[in-house]
Amino acid sequence: MIFPRSKVALAILGLALSCNIVMAEPPLVVQAKRVLTAAGQTIENGTVVCVDDKITAIGKTGEVAVPDGATILKCEVLMPGLVDVRTCAGLSGILNVKQDSDQLEHSSPLQPELRAIDAYNPREELVDYIRSFGVTTIHTGHAPGELMSGQTLIAKTIGNTIEEALMVDGRAIAATLAEASSKSGKASPGTRGKQMAMLRALFIEAQEFQTKQIAKSNPKPAESSGKDNKEKEKEREPIARNLRLESLAAILAGKKALLITADRAQDIASAIRLAEEFKIRIWLDSAAESHLMIPQIKAAGVSVLLHPSMARASGEKENQSFQSASKLHAAGIPFAIQGGFEAYVPKVRVVLFEAAIAAAHGLNYDAAIESITISPARILGIQDRVGSLKVGKDADLALYDGDPLEYTTHCVGVVIDGKVVSSLVR
Amino acid sequence: MRENPLNTRRHFLSTTTAALSTSLVCLPCLARQTPASTKTEPTKSDVPTAWVNATLLPVDKPPIKSGAIVVQGGKIIAVGESQSVTIPGDATVVDAKGKWIMPGLICTHSHIGGMGAADGSSPIQPGVRILDSINVRDSGFRRALSGGLTTLNIMPGSGHLISGQTVYCKLRYYESSPRVVDEILIRDKDGLATGGLKMANGTNSQGESPFPGTRGKSAYLVREQYIKAREYQAKIVAAKEDATKLPPRDLHMESLVEAMQGKRIVHHHTHRHDDIMTVIRLSQEFGFQTVLHHVSEGWKVAKEIAEAKMPCSIIVLDSPGGKLEAKDMTFSNGRVLDEAGVKVAFHTDDWITDSRLFMRSAALAVRAGMNRDKAIAGLTLAGAEMLGLGDRIGSLTVGKDADFAILNGDPLSVYSRVLETWVEGKKAFDLSKPEDQLYAEGGLQAGSDLDPFLCCFAPAWQGGAK
Repeated sequence: MIFPRSKVALAILGLALSCNIVMAEPPLVVQAKRVLTAAGQTIENGTVVCVDDKITAIGKTGEVAVPDGATILKCEVLMPGLVDVRTCAGLSGILNVKQDSDQLEHSSPLQPELRAIDAYNPREELVDYIRSFGVTTIHTGHAPGELMSGQTLIAKTIGNTIEEALMVDGRAIAATLAEASSKSGKASPGTRGKQMAMLRALFIEAQEFQTKQIAKSNPKPAESSGKDNKEKEKEREPIARNLRLESLAAILAGKKALLITADRAQDIASAIRLAEEFKIRIWLDSAAESHLMIPQIKAAGVSVLLHPSMARASGEKENQSFQSASKLHAAGIPFAIQGGFEAYVPKVRVVLFEAAIAAAHGLNYDAAIESITISPARILGIQDRVGSLKVGKDADLALYDGDPLEYTTHCVGVVIDGKVVSSLVR
Repeated sequence: MRENPLNTRRHFLSTTTAALSTSLVCLPCLARQTPASTKTEPTKSDVPTAWVNATLLPVDKPPIKSGAIVVQGGKIIAVGESQSVTIPGDATVVDAKGKWIMPGLICTHSHIGGMGAADGSSPIQPGVRILDSINVRDSGFRRALSGGLTTLNIMPGSGHLISGQTVYCKLRYYESSPRVVDEILIRDKDGLATGGLKMANGTNSQGESPFPGTRGKSAYLVREQYIKAREYQAKIVAAKEDATKLPPRDLHMESLVEAMQGKRIVHHHTHRHDDIMTVIRLSQEFGFQTVLHHVSEGWKVAKEIAEAKMPCSIIVLDSPGGKLEAKDMTFSNGRVLDEAGVKVAFHTDDWITDSRLFMRSAALAVRAGMNRDKAIAGLTLAGAEMLGLGDRIGSLTVGKDADFAILNGDPLSVYSRVLETWVEGKKAFDLSKPEDQLYAEGGLQAGSDLDPFLCCFAPAWQGGAK
């Protein structure tokens, strides 16, 4: 349980809230018997000080100055707020009915232009649910199941509007190389070969679009002859907007990643082949057979957003292994363990639980902690803000009453941007 | 009751016949094949084996810090404190210091091997048996063993009001894998296959006509059939064993009559609080013995369930939702039901949850405050009782089947592993063997049908037919 020591501070806060007086929050101090920083060290009897929305001090309890008037919380184990590297929470809702399921649009196999920001519901119960176990940042968006289903975003698990929660809009575009992306009958794609052919054709189109974009932004010096006024006028016209090609050009320009869900070894190989042909950054998503493709993934320098450890070992995941995380770690391949997408139950998975199973099946303890904190933050490119406990980073914290990975431990508090957002005992 | 079709399928007859018929098409197999009959009839001359110095969880008694268990002939012949148990002179003695031994886990609700009972033709098909559809080569059975499971209630799905007869199976995957389902059946003293009857209400069993569209219609359709079954039963009673007066045999009616006679326990899928009350109402009207399954909102009507003396086999999922009626699911369900006096067991609903992680279900209930010993019982003895097998399995008790799991630590810790699983005194899973590790950990081929499926057709480079 967490218990504020500075009752005065709380009372003032309560007064401020009840009277609608705008005033600064008191600093927040969390003291724990063990602080798992995910920044290369574990601090026994540690203290973390948060002022406003940032971490301002961290160190041994007694050696770190506690600001006057601070609210003090205590717990057994303190961790950085968890980062779920791949979920659909907020687009996919708890009831799993049409009205709360916006993670997958089936009207066309290629829709990279769909933005997660237009579909994400920050008040979705499932977002609150995973937050109550310590998840403070999610990379969420369109689901696997269509060749290219749409974009993703990165958000904190707070906010009444997406604008309040948003960290990065349009971080990646989700693609799926799998039997699931194939259509029956005469519709395309109907085979794996056709899936790749369609993706390649689309990227070639995007390359041409990008060439035009570059040409427009770097106009050649005016030529004295050879073109009439009409032609010159045409050159000055802006390129017609194309939401689809603009989003793909962002991948070609390295501004977005292509997240490719691929479980079978041959689909993983195809994803790597696509990345090499178009020189784009891809993330291998799910990757149930990644343990069979370690040298290839390593050589390609690709990061893996590994399926939940407890994903069902059936269908294209029939060859998945509880040991994949430990094998990726041993090979030095950047990876993070995801909550993923569930079409039925459990409607959302909690990355804390998934990392625990990996730790029980050979993954080094610290690596298991990192696989749901700093590793996903690095892959997502938000490591300067979240993922570890360091001075200057966002004050996102998860408090536990024991080993966070143990079945019978509880999450007892969650802090985002320096504010306690959950004090449920989970 | 008249002769059940299974009456004629005595164990020895059926397994011997099966082995013979297999050998006709698969002569090379014969030499290496263990006769199926030895699987269920361990000889009395077996050398006893004793595990000593282990932490024992007998379940029907408090845990023992340093205990001994002795098994012989497939049965437990002694169990207790190490110093108080007399180890037979000829026993093989295993020092199990640091190990934990608990009864083999019992899953009261599993779909391993397939769900092919009732089809889409009607919402009520009690005469259809899951027994006739189970693929014993499904690798899920070996995965379950790696999680310490030894007994499963294999159920048809929940897409019908009555989807058919369930079957209680023992994971006799030792020495060689079973070749026919008959080898894994748990039989009663008359040699009959044991099993229950699967029913469901709520939204899963609703659909387009002839399936019901509402809850009211669902209950009506069920009542109508049970009333018919009562009339059928009355005709049989009236006939007084005069064959000429008996009504024509009706498999559906026979099954419902067995349920009303208590010979076939009803395993009832139900989630919402009002659906749970409907199950209680119908059970009381027709007198069938019921186990409530899933029971997501059981915590809302725990007092009523306790008053009805209805046991609950619950599922524990990592998050609520997936459908409206599972929206209020919580880890606390087990605690609330137990504290209200309801008998609680857990189930995997495999593949909804993975049998390899079955102990985790109990651990998450303990996380939410459930009594530890009750949670362990929920994986073992409570489940046995819900299958009507409490006198044969579910605890480390003298005279019961020697079904147990050996772990390297507390079953409720994520870091503990099942090292060995023993079924009827024989080792059916051993984590130290690479071929067993495959199913415990996963990997290439872990999801494929078991090897014997290829017995007659294996290519030369795999050593030919096995």
